[in-house]
This record gives sequence, structure tokens and C-alpha cells, in this order.
Amino acid sequence: MEFLRTYGPQFIRGSVTTVEQTFLAAALAILIAVIAGLMRLSRKRLLYGSATIYIEIFRGTSLLVQVYWIFFVLPLFGLTLEKFTAGFIAVGMNLGAYGAELVRGGILSVPKGQWEAATALSMSPATRMRRIIFPQALFNMLPPWGNLLIELLKGTALVALISVTDLMFVARKINSTTYLSAQVFGTALILYYLMSRGLITPFMRWLERLMARKLGKML
Amino acid sequence: MFDWRWEFVGAILPRLFRATGNTVLAALLGYAIAMVLGLIFALAQRTRFPLVNRPIREFVEFIRSTPLILQIFFVFYVGPQFGVMLSPWTAGMIAIGLHYASYLSEVYRGGIDSVPKGQWEAAKSLSLSPVRTYSRIIIPQAIPPAFAGMGNYLVGIFKDTPMLSVIGVTELMHTANSIGSEHYRFLEPYTLVGLIFLAISLPTAGFLRKTEAKIRHKMGLR
Repeated sequence: MEFLRTYGPQFIRGSVTTVEQTFLAAALAILIAVIAGLMRLSRKRLLYGSATIYIEIFRGTSLLVQVYWIFFVLPLFGLTLEKFTAGFIAVGMNLGAYGAELVRGGILSVPKGQWEAATALSMSPATRMRRIIFPQALFNMLPPWGNLLIELLKGTALVALISVTDLMFVARKINSTTYLSAQVFGTALILYYLMSRGLITPFMRWLERLMARKLGKML
Repeated sequence: MFDWRWEFVGAILPRLFRATGNTVLAALLGYAIAMVLGLIFALAQRTRFPLVNRPIREFVEFIRSTPLILQIFFVFYVGPQFGVMLSPWTAGMIAIGLHYASYLSEVYRGGIDSVPKGQWEAAKSLSLSPVRTYSRIIIPQAIPPAFAGMGNYLVGIFKDTPMLSVIGVTELMHTANSIGSEHYRFLEPYTLVGLIFLAISLPTAGFLRKTEAKIRHKMGLR
């Protein structure tokens, strides 16, 4: 208790940074996932090829390697990112590659009849995707996205290694001055657990219900 | 600005290759631990005693929703607080093994659940013991549906080993960091580490996909 009174505010500040990182990385990951996922379905070689290369590179190497590379190597190419920015960009680009495959799978899971019906109504390909296919695909891929967002939250812990002062960083700092490792890391673990099961999971459930209602489906 | 030096690459490659051995060893060792522990977790969750299956269920959930890197720190630093000193390798293997055991237990669970109920009943009617039921009837049939998930986590554990560098396991990332700070050059070591990861994980993933198809074919599935 004494421990929490002393270090509580630091833990809270760290958690806020973690939430910010998660939020920004998630926004980036979703954006990338939709674009790369659609590109993977394109018949144009260039679009398909570049999305595939992107996905293979980011899924084939470690997130930690990507974080270091973006933070330490990109400046050599003249692109210097602040550590906070580098952090969420690395996490977002990594999870975006995994998300792209979910988007692709989700779109492919929409029954063929829906495509044909939309075409029969002489909808343009863009309208068909936006009004008919994508909403149904989104509904199908929401459950795996819930898992992906938890992976993303966990992934943000790695930005502590480029000194972003997130929850992980705060925990390490307090540990290095107090050596109360069980309390420090235990508290941090519980906070991460609360964020994933207390924020992300209920949010995804809510989103699934909302989508179900909008699509007129019964859960 | 951007200058890639081949002679530097030549100088550091042997060292990186040696470290790659450690990375692969860490991944395989961690995976072996995870496979065994994961099976224990999965079977423990199937017992009828709430005193066993509930805590294990909660434990698995907890491990799966918290960052591995924090678990690595936890295992490494909490031991000494209670007088147990763990080497970086031991602590790392415990943490990564436990983490992936939790993931694998879910994969096993899915595999076991996919075995049709009739198989259980048939085993029972032949009065097979529970051990024989599992070892001869259920687990062989649970493997093909679980194989894809298991393969993904094998590649996953390999890609997560760089986190062990933070407690001083001298795998690839750790070596790249040391090289970088000795020579003040990060471009080549970090890029090479990325390429080495790609060179191992992409063929492995491809090989696993082919093996999965083979197993399915053998078992007469699809």
C-alpha cells in the first residue's frame, strides 16, 4: 500500500502513455491493414506485389528488430523520428501487416452471391466494396481483430526499449531504484491485464453487438 | 548519411552467425518447454475439478494478455528478491516457455475439441483407460487441426527471442547491440539481423505449410 501511494502517480502516467501508444498504433494499423488488405486482392501485379513484400517483411522479422531499425537506422536515411513517434509507427506497421491478412480473409469470406447481386444492381466496384462487401467483411473479422488489438497493446511494451516513458519503462525505472521487483513488475502486469481485459475486450464485444444490430443480424 | 560498408558486413557476419545459433537454440528450447507445459495446461483445464481447472484457466488468460517482455523481467528480477538467482538463460527459458505454453494450450484445446464426440464414446465402449484414450485415439486426431496453430507459434517464438536480449542472453539482437555500440554503426548490424530473421522465418513458414498439407493428406482430411 505504501508502495502504491509512493509510486502510483508514476504508474498512472506510464499507463496513460501506453494507452496513447496503443491508440495511435491501432489507428495506423487499421489504416494500413485496410489498404494493404485491399491491395492483396488487387489483380494489378504492382499493387499485389508491393503489399505482399510489405506483409512478408513485417511478419517475417521481430517487432523489436523493427522498433530498433526505425529508431536507429532510419535517421541514417535522413528520416529522424522522435522516439514517441517511432514507437507507435513501428508497432502500427507491424500489427498492420497481420491485420492486412485479416482484412483479406474477411473480404474473401463474404459469399459470392453478394458480389453478384451488387454487380446485378449495376453498382460501381467502389460502391459495391463500400456499401455491400466491406460492412459484412468487417463483421466477420471483428473477433480476430480483438485478439490483434491485445497483441498490439502488448507490443507497445517494446517501445520502452527506445526510452518512450510508457508503463514498461516506468516499471523498469522504479525497479532499478527500489529493487522491489515483485511489487513493481507485479503491478505493471496487473495494469496491462486490466487494460486488455477491462478495456479492449469489452470494447470489442460492444462493437460486435453494434455491428450485429446494424447488419440486422441476430447474435 | 547513407553509406553501407561491405567490409564491415564481412567483419561482423561471423559473429552474427554464431549468435544466430543461440537464437535458434533459444527458440527450440523454449518451444520444447512450451509444448510440454502447454499440454499440461490444456489437459488440466479439461479436468472436472474446479480447484484445478479454474486457476489454470485464469493463469493462461493472464499470461496471454500481458506483454512477454514484462514477464521476462518479472522472472529474472523477482527470483533474486527471494534469494533464488537465475541465469539469464534459465529465466528467459522459463518466461518464454510459460508464455508460449499458454498460447499452445489454447491450440491444443481447439484441437482436442475438434475430435468428434463419437471417438470418445467409441474409446469408452472399448474400455480403454483414459491414458490410452488420449495417447492412441484423441491426440493423434487432434494434431492435424492443431498443426497450423502450432507452426505459427514456432515461428512466433523465434521472432520473440530478441526480447531475451534485455536480460543479457547473447542472441542475435544482443550481439547486434554490442556491435553497434562498439563501432558506433547501427545500419549494418540491425539490417543484417532483420535479413537473418527473414531468411529463417520465411522458409520455415513455407515448410510448415507444406507439411500441414502433407499431414492432412495422410490423415485423409480434405
